[in-house]
Amino acid sequence: MTEAAAPPPRPLWRRLLGFNLLTAVLLGIGGWYLGWFGAHAIGAESLEYFEDTDYNELSVYLAYLGGVIGFLVGLGFLNYPIARLRGYPPSLREKETHGWTRYFSLCTDHKVVGIQYLWGIGLFFFIGGLNAMLIRTEQLSPHSQSFPMGTYLTLVGMHGTMMMGMMTSGILGPFANYLVPIMIGARRMAFPRIEALTFWLLMAAGAILTTTIFFGGFPTGWTGYAPLQTQANPGMDNYILFFALVGVSMTLLGLNMIATILTMRAPGLTWTRLPIFVWGVLSTAVLMVLAAPVLIAVLSMGALDRTAQTSFFNAAAGGSSYLYQNLFWVFGHPEVYILALPGFAIVLELLPVFARKPLWGYRLAVAGLLGVSLLSWFVWQHHLFVSGMNGDLRPFYMLSTELISIPTGFTFLCGMMTLWRGRISFTVPMLFCLAWFFNFLIGGLSGVFLSDTPSDVTTHGSFFSMAHFHYTIMGGLVFTFFAAIYYWVPKMTGWELHEGLAKIHFWTMFIFFNSTFAPLLAAGFLGQARRAPVYTGNLKFLNDWVSISAFLLGISMLIFLFNLVWSLAFVKQPAEANPWGSRSIEFQLPSPVPVHNFDRIPVFSNDPYGYGEGPAPSYVVPAGAPAGRE
Amino acid sequence: MRVGVKLLLVAVAVTAAGAVIGFYVSNLTTLAGSRSYSVPVQNANGHPVVKLEIQTVAAVGPTLSPNPDWVSYLVKDQSTGHWKRETVWDLPAHATVHVTIYNFDGASGLRNPYLARPQGMVGNRIRVDGKPTEAIDPNDASHTFAVPALGLVLAIPGVADEAKNQCEYADAPIGGCAMSTAHRTIKFTFHTTTPGHYRWQCFVPCAAGWVYGFGGPMQTIGYMDGFLNVKA
Amino acid sequence: MASEPSAATSPSDSTNHGLRVVVVWLVLSAIATPLVAIYVGPLIPPGNATVQGQGQTFDNQVMTAFVTPILCLLAVFFAYGLIQFHVRRNEAILDGPPIRNDSQIQLLWIVITTVMVLFLAGFGTYELLQDGSGGGQGPNPIALPAHHQDAFQVQVIAQQWQFTYRYPSLGGLESNQLYLPANTTVALHVTSLDAIHSFWAYELGVKADANPGVDNVAYVETKGPTTFHVRCAELCGLWHPYMFNNGRVVDSAQFQAWASQQQRVYASIKPFMNKPESEGGAPYAKTYFPEPDRRAG
Repeated sequence: MTEAAAPPPRPLWRRLLGFNLLTAVLLGIGGWYLGWFGAHAIGAESLEYFEDTDYNELSVYLAYLGGVIGFLVGLGFLNYPIARLRGYPPSLREKETHGWTRYFSLCTDHKVVGIQYLWGIGLFFFIGGLNAMLIRTEQLSPHSQSFPMGTYLTLVGMHGTMMMGMMTSGILGPFANYLVPIMIGARRMAFPRIEALTFWLLMAAGAILTTTIFFGGFPTGWTGYAPLQTQANPGMDNYILFFALVGVSMTLLGLNMIATILTMRAPGLTWTRLPIFVWGVLSTAVLMVLAAPVLIAVLSMGALDRTAQTSFFNAAAGGSSYLYQNLFWVFGHPEVYILALPGFAIVLELLPVFARKPLWGYRLAVAGLLGVSLLSWFVWQHHLFVSGMNGDLRPFYMLSTELISIPTGFTFLCGMMTLWRGRISFTVPMLFCLAWFFNFLIGGLSGVFLSDTPSDVTTHGSFFSMAHFHYTIMGGLVFTFFAAIYYWVPKMTGWELHEGLAKIHFWTMFIFFNSTFAPLLAAGFLGQARRAPVYTGNLKFLNDWVSISAFLLGISMLIFLFNLVWSLAFVKQPAEANPWGSRSIEFQLPSPVPVHNFDRIPVFSNDPYGYGEGPAPSYVVPAGAPAGRE
Repeated sequence: MRVGVKLLLVAVAVTAAGAVIGFYVSNLTTLAGSRSYSVPVQNANGHPVVKLEIQTVAAVGPTLSPNPDWVSYLVKDQSTGHWKRETVWDLPAHATVHVTIYNFDGASGLRNPYLARPQGMVGNRIRVDGKPTEAIDPNDASHTFAVPALGLVLAIPGVADEAKNQCEYADAPIGGCAMSTAHRTIKFTFHTTTPGHYRWQCFVPCAAGWVYGFGGPMQTIGYMDGFLNVKA
Repeated sequence: MASEPSAATSPSDSTNHGLRVVVVWLVLSAIATPLVAIYVGPLIPPGNATVQGQGQTFDNQVMTAFVTPILCLLAVFFAYGLIQFHVRRNEAILDGPPIRNDSQIQLLWIVITTVMVLFLAGFGTYELLQDGSGGGQGPNPIALPAHHQDAFQVQVIAQQWQFTYRYPSLGGLESNQLYLPANTTVALHVTSLDAIHSFWAYELGVKADANPGVDNVAYVETKGPTTFHVRCAELCGLWHPYMFNNGRVVDSAQFQAWASQQQRVYASIKPFMNKPESEGGAPYAKTYFPEPDRRAG
C-alpha cells in the first residue's frame, strides 16, 4: 500500500474547529430556530387554518428543515459543490485519512461510512429497544397504569417507527456499504458523497423522531393512518419528517448500491460468481428505490393535509382514507421484504463458511431473492382484507401472498442443503444463522394463518399479527444483523469480540426472544388487540410472562453492549486476517482493511464458495492487469 | 490511553446515558397527563357521598393552559374553591355522586341525536337550570358528559348565542369562568360501582380547527377527557 | 483450516442419511398430524358461536394440521443434521463434500411447495366464498351466506370513541347496546364518522374496518344465545384502548322485549332521529346523518 505520509497531528482544540459533527449540531440548532421564528415571522400564524388550534404546524416543518440543512452544511456537504463552482479540480475523496476524527465528519471512505452506520443505527436500535421495554412495563397491568393515557400510543409509535425506519438500513447501511465494494473488487462506491449523505440524513431523521416527545408525541403507530394523522398533535410532524427523510436516505442508498453493483464489478466477476450477499443487496436495493418514493409521496400528502388543509385523506371533503392505506402499504409491504431479504442473504453467505461446503443451488438462491423481491409488489392489500376495499380481490391477494412462500422456500432449501453432510461448527455467527431458520419458520407458518382471509378475520390487528412480524423481522433481520456483527466486525475493526460473552448473548437472546413472542401468538388468538394498554383480565398471566421475558431480552442486549465495549475498548485482541477460514475476498485482505482496499484491482476466476474444491483462490493480480479506477 | 482513563470515560458515558434515559422517561410520564383530583368524601349513614362540581368552558385561557383557545372541562377544588384543569378524579366505590355542571359554552349540536336522552343517572333524568329534563333538543347540545363503562351519558345544553355577558376566557381570579357570566346549570346524581378506572369523555366534536373536530383538547387528557378512578 | 476435499474419506459416507430423515419424518408426521388435527385444532378461537366463527375455527384446524408436517420435517432435518454433521470437539475442521446442486431435489421441492400453496389458496378461497367468513367486504359483497336476502340489518356506526348500533327494522332505533336475534343471518353495515376504526366482535368471528363515508358489509349467521365482546381493532386515537363493550345474542322473545324497552327509553327523542324506512328514510345510510362535520372546522 502506498499511504500518504501522515501530517503532524494538530492540537485537539484545533481539530474541533471546521466541518465536523460538532459544527453540524450547532448549525443544525441554529437552522432550527431560524426556521421556527421565520415561519412565525412570515405570518404563518395569521393563516386562517391555524386559528383555534393554538398550533402552527408550518413552523415545525420549517424549523426541522432548517435544522437538517444547517446540519448538512455544518458537516460540509456544500463545500465540494462550491469548490467546483469556483473552479477547483474534481475529487472523489474527502477525509480519507486515519485518525478518529474522520468518524465524526463527512468521510467518503465506504469503510468509514459502514462503521458510522453500525454505531449510528445501533444507537437508535437501542432507543427503539428502550421504548419496547417501556411498552412492556405498561402491559404489566391490564389497564392504563404506568404512563398517562395516550403516552402508550406514542411509545408504540416511536418503537415501531424507529425500528422500521432505522433497521431498514440495518444491513445495507453498515455491512453493504462496507463489504459490497470489497466483494466486487472496487475501491469505493459509485457515489461516495451520496453514500455519506444517506448516513447523515438518517442521523438527522433519528434526532427528529426522538424529539417528538417535546411536541406531544403522535398517536398513530408506525403506519400513521390518516385521518387520525391529520388530527394529531405537532408531534405527528416529527413522524412525517422522520419517515420522509428515511425515504430519501433509502432511495439514495438503493440507487448507490445498484449503480455500484452494475458498473463497478472487477474483471471476471460475472453474475454467477457474485457473492450471494451482493445479490441480496441488489434485490433489496431495487425494492428500496421503487418503494421509498411512494412513502415520500404519501407523507407529503399527509403534511399538506395537516398544514395547508388539503383533503387527500378527508372523506368529509372528498378525500379517502383508503387512499392513505393503499399508498402506505404499496410502500409498506416491499418495506417488510427490504427488512427480510438482507437476512436471507446473510444466512446463505455464512452457511457455506461454517458448513465447509459450497453454497447449494446458487441459481435457485438468486431466483429466490429476486422472486421475493418481485412478488412483494403484488401482495399489499392483504393488510386490508377486512377494510372493505376491493372485497372481490381478496382471493387474488390471498394467492399472491401465499405464492411468496415458494421463493422463500428456495432460501430454506438452499440453506438446508448447504448444511447437509457439511462439517458444521457452532461458531457464534453460525448459531445466529441457525436461529434464523427456527424464527423465520415460526414467522412464516404464522404468516400462513394471516394470509388466509377467513383466519385473518380474527387475527388481523391482534397480537397474533404483531408477534408474526416480530418473528420475521426481529427473528429474521435482527438475528442475522448480529450474525453479521460477530462475523464481520473483527474484520472491520481489527479486534476480536469475546466469544464466551457472545455465546451468552446468543443463548439468552434466542431463549427470551421466543419466550417473549410465542405467548403473544396465543394472546392474539385469545383476543388481545394491538396497540392497546388495556386487555381482559384472563390475559394477565400471559402478559406478565411476556413482560418479564422482554426485560430479560433487554438484559441480553446489554450483555452484547458490554461485550462490544469490553472487547473493542479494553481487551483489543487483534483479529486474524481470516479467522473463519472463509474463501471470500474480504478475508484475504488484512484486518482492518486498508484505506484503498486493493493495491491493484483483483481478477475473479470463481465464486467464493469453492469449499472442498481445492486451494482457496488467491485473488493475486497478474502483472500488467489494469490498475482500476480511483 | 491508560485503562484508568478508559474506565473513567466509560463511567462518564454510562452516567450520561442514564441521565438521558431518566430525562426521557420522566418526560414521557408527564407527557400530556393530568394530575388527579381527590374528591372529598362525606358520609351519610355510613354511605359515602361525594359532591363534584365541574364547568365546561369554550376557551381555557392562558393561566390554566399553554393552549388558551382550547375547550376544556374544569373541576372545583372543594377545599380552596378554585377551579383547576384536572380531569382525573378519585371517587370512592359504591358512592352517591352529586354532580353539578356549569356550562359556559354555546350550542353546536349532537352528532348522535340519541345521546340527547340522559341515561345512567338516578331517575334517568337531569335538572337543567332547576327544571327536570328527560331529553334535550339535540341541536341545543353543547357538550356531553359520558362514562361509557357506567352507562352514564348526558348532553349539556349550550348558552344561547344571543345571551349577554358571555365568558370569553376562563381566567376568573379563582380560575374558570366567573359565575356572573352567562351559563347553564345541570345537576344530576349517579352511583359509582366497583373499583376501577372508568374513562369519561365528550362525544360532541367540539375541538374547532381539527378535522372531524376531534384533535387537540379531544385527544389530550386534561381537557375534554379523563378518568374516574373509583377506589375501594 | 485445511481445504483439501475430504468427502471421500468420511466414514459415515456410506450410510443413507437422506433415507433416515425421510423415514423418521414420515413416521413422526403420520403420528403428529392427526393428533394435532383432532386435539389442538378445535381449541383454536374464535369458536363455534356463529356459523362464520365455526368456519374460521375449521380453517384454523385444517391449517394447523397442514403446517404440522412442515414443522416435523424441519425439526427432524435439523435435529439429525446438526447432530450428525457437526464437528466434534478437538476434531480438525475439514472441508465437506463439494456438492453444488441437485436438480431433482430442486424440482421436487418446487413442485411440492407449489402444490401446497395452490391448495392453501384454493381452500381459503372456497371457505371465504361460502359465507364471507365474517369479514368486512365493502359495499358490494360477493361472498354471501345462504339467506342473505332476508338478513337482519344492523348499522354499526364507529366514532371516536364508541360504537353506535342502528336498527332500521326497529324504526331507526339507535342505541349503544348491540343485541342480535339468535339463529338469524345478520348483515352488519359498518361505517365511521371520523377516523378509521375496526369493528371486532371476537366470539362472533366478525371483523370489519370502519372508514368514513364507506358502507362495509359483514355477514354473520348467529346460532344459540350467547354473549360476546366487541372492541375496536384499529388504532383510532386517545381512547382506542377503551373502545369496547359487550353484546348479546338472544332468542326472539327476549329480543322483542329488549327492542320495546329501548324504544320506550328513546321515545322522548324520536322526533330528532333519522327517519325509518317506512317513512321514506334509508334503511341504512352510506354516510351517517346528521352530518358529522357540523361543528368541526
